Amino acid sequence: MTRPPVLIPHASGTNRDQEAAQAVELAGGDARVVHVNRLRNGEVSFAEHAAILLPGGFSYGDALGAGGRLALELRTWFADELETAVRKGRPILGICNGFQVLVKSGLLPGPSDMPRQLTLTENSLGRFECRWVTLRVEESAANSWISSIAGSVIRCPIAHGEGKVAVSDDSIVPALHDRGQIAFRYQAAGPSTAPTHQAAEGIYPANPNGSVADIAGLCDEGGSVVGLMPHPEDHVLDWQRRSGPTGGLGLPLFAAFVEAAR
Amino acid sequence: MTLRIDVTAIDDPEGARVVAGAPLVGVSGLSRCTVTRVHHVDGDLSDDDVERLCSEVLVDPVVDTVKIGLHPQAEGRAVEVAPMPGVTDSDARELEQAARLLGLPPVRVATARRYDLVGHLDDNDVAVLTRRLLANDTIEHALEGELPPEFAGAAEAHVHVDDLELEELSDSELLALSKQRVLSLDLAEMRAIQAHFVAERRAPTDAELETLAQTWSEHCVHKTFRANIQLTHTASDGTVTLSEHDGLLPALRDVTEELDPWWLRSAFVDDAGIIAFDDEYDLAFKVETHNHPSALEPFGGANTGVGGVVRDVIGVSARPIACTDVLCFGPTDLPDDELPEGVLHPRRIREGVIAGVGDYGNKLGLPTVNGTVIYDKGYVANPLVYCGALGLLPHGSHPTQPLVGDHIISLGGRVGRDGIHGATFSSAGMDASTVDTVGSAVQIGDPITEKGVIEVIELARDTKLYNAITDCGAGGLSSAVGEMGEDLGVEVDLAVVPLKYPGLQPWEIWLSEAQERVVIAVSPDKLTELASLCESWDVEPTDLGTFTGSERLVVRHGDTSVVDMPMAFLHDGLPRREMVGVWVDPAPVAVTTPEIDAATVLGLLAHPDVASKEDIVRRFDHEVRGGTVVRPYVGPHADGPADAAVLKPLGTPGTTAAVLSNGICPRVGRHDPWAMALLAIDEAVRNLVAVGGDPDRVAVLDNFCWGDPTKPDRLGSLVRAVQGCTDGARRYAMPFISGKDSLFNEFDGEAIPGTLLISALGLVPDLHQAIDSAGMQVGDELWLVGRGSGALGGSLASELFELGATEVPTPLDDPLPRYRAVHQAIRGGLITAAHDCSEGGLAVAAAEMAIAARRGISIAVPGEQLDPFTALVNEAPGRLLVSAAAADRDAMGLVLGDHGRIIGEVTDGDRITFRRKAGSEEPVLVELTMVEAVQANVGGVSP
Repeated sequence: MTRPPVLIPHASGTNRDQEAAQAVELAGGDARVVHVNRLRNGEVSFAEHAAILLPGGFSYGDALGAGGRLALELRTWFADELETAVRKGRPILGICNGFQVLVKSGLLPGPSDMPRQLTLTENSLGRFECRWVTLRVEESAANSWISSIAGSVIRCPIAHGEGKVAVSDDSIVPALHDRGQIAFRYQAAGPSTAPTHQAAEGIYPANPNGSVADIAGLCDEGGSVVGLMPHPEDHVLDWQRRSGPTGGLGLPLFAAFVEAAR
Repeated sequence: MTLRIDVTAIDDPEGARVVAGAPLVGVSGLSRCTVTRVHHVDGDLSDDDVERLCSEVLVDPVVDTVKIGLHPQAEGRAVEVAPMPGVTDSDARELEQAARLLGLPPVRVATARRYDLVGHLDDNDVAVLTRRLLANDTIEHALEGELPPEFAGAAEAHVHVDDLELEELSDSELLALSKQRVLSLDLAEMRAIQAHFVAERRAPTDAELETLAQTWSEHCVHKTFRANIQLTHTASDGTVTLSEHDGLLPALRDVTEELDPWWLRSAFVDDAGIIAFDDEYDLAFKVETHNHPSALEPFGGANTGVGGVVRDVIGVSARPIACTDVLCFGPTDLPDDELPEGVLHPRRIREGVIAGVGDYGNKLGLPTVNGTVIYDKGYVANPLVYCGALGLLPHGSHPTQPLVGDHIISLGGRVGRDGIHGATFSSAGMDASTVDTVGSAVQIGDPITEKGVIEVIELARDTKLYNAITDCGAGGLSSAVGEMGEDLGVEVDLAVVPLKYPGLQPWEIWLSEAQERVVIAVSPDKLTELASLCESWDVEPTDLGTFTGSERLVVRHGDTSVVDMPMAFLHDGLPRREMVGVWVDPAPVAVTTPEIDAATVLGLLAHPDVASKEDIVRRFDHEVRGGTVVRPYVGPHADGPADAAVLKPLGTPGTTAAVLSNGICPRVGRHDPWAMALLAIDEAVRNLVAVGGDPDRVAVLDNFCWGDPTKPDRLGSLVRAVQGCTDGARRYAMPFISGKDSLFNEFDGEAIPGTLLISALGLVPDLHQAIDSAGMQVGDELWLVGRGSGALGGSLASELFELGATEVPTPLDDPLPRYRAVHQAIRGGLITAAHDCSEGGLAVAAAEMAIAARRGISIAVPGEQLDPFTALVNEAPGRLLVSAAAADRDAMGLVLGDHGRIIGEVTDGDRITFRRKAGSEEPVLVELTMVEAVQANVGGVSP
């Protein structure tokens, strides 16, 4: 089978690009890490890729707020390319800093959230935190390519300081849900691999950052643009988690992503 | 026109942090604090431009409110804090860049933070808050009210070179000059310089004198470790032994040469030590200290400590893949009136250091996977910050020979006054005036620039674009270029060096320790390719000059001569020191041990050195690069401390993994520095073995942090510790591959406890066989490897219960057989969990294992002619508590032989029970519930 080419843009300060590439390759994709400068000068184009993965890290050292400067660059330099990708329904996945970039560039939650009423901001504890969390892939995100793994559980680490989903008005949450835009929620960690379906209910550390409604990730209304704070790319091999509750690989998420790119 | 734009995040946790921190600095009346980001934007912007800048860049409408062009209304008292002129204002640079991206007219920006403080506060409260919480006066200035903006100017150098007449100077004048310029050179060294220039019939330039001071600094040439030392050692029975030590560093190197295992690639010759990893790759490892800078500016000091050691690893052409950190602080509950003048409170040092370590490692995308934290009054004025870095490089890929005609290219950050005199400052004790005299020794980190350097060097290495590489560390270009050009000679033009801001003199450019720079030697035909590589990764290259073959160090600034000296004098002109050391072993003291009860064990579990450090460790990314197999905290609740970190480097084939561990026991060193070295080595090795590391594939690093070695007692204990290291290397058959000494850790004449960190790097042959301390199953039997000791000197129990013990446990003569046996049992899949006995002895080890696994434990305490207290809390070396299935009892017995025996079992209860003898009918010595143990050790986490 062909390996769909997946663009992984690298900006100064990006750092989880290599693991993201490993996950994409394991899932059957052709991962291509390309520095933003080479996209900008035309050496490599967005159009030659079937999917885009914005990886984690600290693009530009969190200048202008986490993801702020890269979001500004994307809006300034690649607005047409991104608009085309979204229109054609090419899968776009943003992880951690990539999710922040998608939110700050307006791609998530997307046009339904104008003027902006949702953002990613500093964790409730006010500091960077690294720990394993349990995620549930939400069934309600029925339009998205993640629906093929809906209802499953992913265990993977978070590593962020600004991953709290905050809204200016609580009524936005049911609206997001009704539009099928809540893609991932934090869950209580169950002892086995079976999904516990036990919500984190905002309680630390299952919900590690104070996100409203335990939201860990979102998609746009069309479902092609998906973003999440945790790092499923850090749990694509069994040995990456050998102590405590095991199971819940992130690999199926990347398989769904690559499949959607075919 | 200059416009003020104030952005306030209503729920900013920073404000809550200030409110929470106020009582800790003695201010009780602060009820609310609002933090505002202040931007002074100078440029020809229309209203629409300002609106775009705000809506697209500065303001997040969900969390921020904004005020444009208004003077803020003070709500209560207001303090504004801004970077001092010359300190990088990166937020301002980024906003200028954003304005360019948006196509706005050019702007200049200066930023500040504003704190609106509400509550009952008097002038003194505001002053205390400002000084102790809001601003660091080493790099920031603060004002109550509005702080006027200061914009960065054009970065032109101030080209001025002074000649310093030495010929007529008396001895006392030479010493005064050394002190005044923070040269840290002694009289013999100043005289050697004087004689050299008298013979040349000229005066040295300021830059020449400074270059000599850097190159001859303790930091760069390890004068004490190369000195000839006479040691007088008095044993506790009064026996006096005189010995001569012809260099401490050569002694450490000699053992490595003597052992010379086949897998050793490089030791002591480069920025980091290198060992083989698999058929294709090698591992590079280095641990540095950044103590003095962290005492003055904890965030910046620790931040650049990480940056510096990562560059050491880049300096051997390796891709950095992990970080370690070991931190020693004063007690965080130190009463304010016991804090010496001019010293930051341990709480603030701790907070800044942790934030600094996390910020740099996290932003570089490196997992911080191993470390420890120690609290002791001896570290109040001199905290210790050990930062380590592990790197990966293809075998044989590190070039080390520059050629005549090669260009000297520096890559990375721009140059400011940051860190001038860092190398020489680290050779001076501190007192209350230190901040004023060497404030510029503090460095400012920029991890994103260093990240770019990492990417460029990895690609340049793989395409063979350079012939030699070294990092720019202490001494800046003067050390880096001076070392690289030692054999060939170099000519450098400082006029091409990009500066951060105006006014630097040539000698300052030459010495600046501005961070994030490496220097490489590039042949002329590769320059174009390198330039294009740099451009595509946003890294700034500077062509400083060439390797000449003249064997001279020639530095110009345009047409102005700055330095012109023979390399031979620079590198060989330093007189060797003759030094004297004295060590007296303490007399043994009869110790009365208390009864042991649950409170004893809970007290040990709650001691800051033993208690969970999750609140620190979780602020470091220990998962990035996806290679972490055994992480810092393990078990179902991820709160059991792991013994060591196991890492599978991303991109390596096969199943081999690296393991990192450490050993440190300064309490022992107070009584016996020789034993401290051996016991620290043992701790590092048994931690490494506990997770599945092979005891026959271990390399170690030494890091000595000591007081002023010109004082005989300090030097005496240092020599004893080095003797312990060389004895240990032989007993454990493990080579030292690199090291570091940080001396002069004194404040007002008080030294830190001599502190040796042993960092170990080993291999786990198959990552699937790695284990941790939480894997035990109900019904497993618990085996104790090794035997206890009645000597409580240097133990945590002796300190906590004020026993005054001085006799320390006897180091092991022949440790390898037991560790090989344990390793064999792990490889055979017999051992389900393992944990080492260190601080708090068997009692703490058993409790920590029970917590990690959330399983009950029942132990019959081995007799060993020890009273119950001593049996449970002694810290004898070589002991591991391991679990194995009862069905594997015979196999375990066969593999472990005399080294281990069964002392208990894993239960499905929630009790940690110690009895004198096995059997449920036997009387209980100590029993803890899981809830008690977790509360004491972890805090308020679910049991």
